[in-house]
Amino acid sequence: MEISASTVLPALAGGVLIGLGTLIGAAASGIPPGISGLCAEILRSAKGEVAWRAVFVIGMLAGGLLIFQFHPASASFHPQKSLTVMAVAGVLVGIGTRVGGGCTSGHGVCGIGLGSRRGFTGTLLFMAVAMLTVFIVQKVGGATP
Amino acid sequence: MSRRFLTLLFAGILFGAGLALSGMTDPAKVIGFLDVAGHWDPTLAFVMGGAVGTFGVGLLVWRARTGGRGWFGHALPTADTSPIDRPLLVGTTIFGIGWGLSGFCPGPALVNFGALRLEALIFVPAMAAGMLLARLVFGADRD
Repeated sequence: MEISASTVLPALAGGVLIGLGTLIGAAASGIPPGISGLCAEILRSAKGEVAWRAVFVIGMLAGGLLIFQFHPASASFHPQKSLTVMAVAGVLVGIGTRVGGGCTSGHGVCGIGLGSRRGFTGTLLFMAVAMLTVFIVQKVGGATP
Repeated sequence: MSRRFLTLLFAGILFGAGLALSGMTDPAKVIGFLDVAGHWDPTLAFVMGGAVGTFGVGLLVWRARTGGRGWFGHALPTADTSPIDRPLLVGTTIFGIGWGLSGFCPGPALVNFGALRLEALIFVPAMAAGMLLARLVFGADRD
């Protein structure tokens, strides 16, 4: 358990920025901008539904790169798993977010922020399942540091 | 570029900057947050707290001041009131397994993709394939 002002402040500030981006995105589109939903609609490529979502996602990539560039402490990146595991996990995240209708931002930030029972339930469930998954992987595999 | 697109670009920049600043883009931090039985690092709870608090309170204030009007002719979104059903439970369970395995959820994966990090260059196309699979095979594509 490691918790200190130097790690909590960036986390909190980052969270506030995510919340502001979500709020402005929601106001300018009329839709809660959950990232998995944006991706799915871009992939579906229905007319008139792609451009604004692509603009938001491009902004997101640019915002991340800006921080990596000018706040190097945030650029730390420690891959945990083999590329095979990443590929399998990617497919699971893709299927799961579409069947379940949201991800950390869609169910978590947007859903809970809007006071949605579905968002709240989904978030509790995927957090619990992810924690259990990490627990099992550590116990069985013991591969991660 | 239209004013609406510029606004959405700005919103995306804030969102992506927040993900990077918060530590969500480092899978080691995410796994550390999920590892409640091991060396638990609760820091990322502040990310969710800050994001939900800002969005939730922001919406309340905005709604109180405008009666629910957003920008560019849009209304502010409201909560999805459809009941809790099997797809929600099954889907979020599958998502949780993928998140726990990798430490990547869609937003941070995309930001890492933009930074050309190998794990994300593998993960993001796999995620796109999973989304297409969900739609084509299971007929699932919810917003």
